[in-house]
Amino acid sequence: MEAAAEPGNLAGVRHIILVLSGKGGVGKSTISTELALALRHAGKKVGILDVDLCGPSIPRMLQVQGKAVHQCDSGWVPVFVDQEQSISLMSVGFLLEKPDEAVVWRGPKKNALIKQFVSDVAWGQLDYLVVDTPPGTSDEHMAVVDTLRPYSPLGALVVTTPQAVSVGDVRRELTFCKKVGLRVIGVVENMSGFVCPHCAECTNVFSRGGGEELARHAGVPFLGSVPLDPELTRSLEEGRDFIRGFPESPAFPALSCIAQKILNEAPVGLS
Amino acid sequence: MEEVPHDCPGVGSAQAGRGASCQGCPNQGLCASGAGAAPDPAIEEIKEKMKTVKHKILVLSGKGGVGKSTFSAHLAHGLAEDENTQVALLDIDICGPSIPKIMGLEGEQVHQSGSGWSPVFLEDNLGVMSVGFLLSSPDDAVIWRGPKKNGMIKQFLRDVDWGEVDYLIVDTPPGTSDEHLSAVQYLAAAHIDGAVIITTPQEVSLQDVRKEISFCHKVKLPVIGVVENMSGFICPKCQKETQIFPPTTGGAEVMCHDLKVPLLGKVPLDPRIGIRFRLKAGYRISLEDSRGRCPACPVYREARRSPPCTRLLSVRVATKDSLFWLKHRIHQPP
Repeated sequence: MEAAAEPGNLAGVRHIILVLSGKGGVGKSTISTELALALRHAGKKVGILDVDLCGPSIPRMLQVQGKAVHQCDSGWVPVFVDQEQSISLMSVGFLLEKPDEAVVWRGPKKNALIKQFVSDVAWGQLDYLVVDTPPGTSDEHMAVVDTLRPYSPLGALVVTTPQAVSVGDVRRELTFCKKVGLRVIGVVENMSGFVCPHCAECTNVFSRGGGEELARHAGVPFLGSVPLDPELTRSLEEGRDFIRGFPESPAFPALSCIAQKILNEAPVGLS
Repeated sequence: MEEVPHDCPGVGSAQAGRGASCQGCPNQGLCASGAGAAPDPAIEEIKEKMKTVKHKILVLSGKGGVGKSTFSAHLAHGLAEDENTQVALLDIDICGPSIPKIMGLEGEQVHQSGSGWSPVFLEDNLGVMSVGFLLSSPDDAVIWRGPKKNGMIKQFLRDVDWGEVDYLIVDTPPGTSDEHLSAVQYLAAAHIDGAVIITTPQEVSLQDVRKEISFCHKVKLPVIGVVENMSGFICPKCQKETQIFPPTTGGAEVMCHDLKVPLLGKVPLDPRIGIRFRLKAGYRISLEDSRGRCPACPVYREARRSPPCTRLLSVRVATKDSLFWLKHRIHQPP
């Protein structure tokens, strides 16, 4: 609790949200990015901290790969994604000399960098800091939960896809949250259904309903399902007009609904 | 500070404890004594143990959720089609073991015998080992840091009674960290045939996979080839194909060409695979079942709505193709 007396660079950050999932490739980074955009849409100032050290995806999704992180008096300056500087991002991706270089690090080194990310990034004033994590329940997760504990994060958003294999891993992630005392804001089901652009038939590519069932089973809120949208995938891939084009995606209503639930959460987190 | 000195020469190097940056490091004495450089005795033990294992294949991907475990399962089943081939499947995804569920072996337990842990046998010639078999409940989270995960991997390689095995397939978690380094290091003396790398077509996945290939180069692990999974989705109603995960940068094909690694095959996306997992039937895909009918079809609504399982068949064909190239690559003289 000593650290709480000296909040340092996170002093201006009002709410911290962790995005977790036991399973890889379910869309943690996508949801983190989309959530940040939806919160920005609601007029908030948002920061994204990407602690997936071995596979940072967010710089590409926001098309800021190759940008450099600068040093200032109070620490590292995050990369601003838009002109208005309403979304800032910090990722190991900005620290690599070559984009294809592998970060072959064992736990202790990853922990040290995460500590640095938490203490040394000059976020400035933020309404929300979204922390995107790698899959699993290991070093990075323990490090990030430990180092953020003094700043009492709002909680964790747990992302799953509907199929059983993913749900199984996510059940373990919920156990992790319970064990480390991290509140679960809710479960988000990603890639729920796929609407065929040719005939409008909706196929549940990764089956259906797993997220809601999981949330009920674990007694945590279910925040919503986000449909598969190839256009969105494409724009995430290319980062093309993503911020402006986002409100037209079928995923947008689902996302703003989830963002709204999180906005409603906030006062509770403060008290 | 937990961080090692900036210019630490590494405990294994000749400069350990002697470099300029070692001055003042609390571990200088230990490093200089050479104790840190001594190889783990387990490496030799594992080499001994692995003498009965002919081929060792790692299934890797920088990205999560691209189908490493699914493909590992395909591969194990495919190789085990031949009754005379002994196949072992080892899941070293310690924090997110999916293999028990995919193989339909959830809830199975590992037994202890005089010669070590016995793998769980799905068929006479297909043994499976996963941390999932050691957990008491499916909700149990394995919240372990690196060293503990490494210990588990060491045990899996050294203490499991694998017996005579033709192919050992090692399914890994995403990334390039503890589990991967440990598997490669522990198996170093025993010789690994190489790694099969799984990706999905989109750039967000490929950028992580390039890192994985760079990892393979760094640790001198040969790349057997790349498999592109979820390569396209055919609508079960109108039969038109959509790229759910669009290959905006040319997909695995262009990446393989650029990095000069072989592409083993492309496996399409089939919703039925997910259905079968959910039914806990396990993924007992038969590569030889050429009638093209999915056993789940007559029973389950989702499957019945769609035409005879041409897609599942194409998954089979694609997997079989990949398998052919993989065997070809392993068995060709270096």
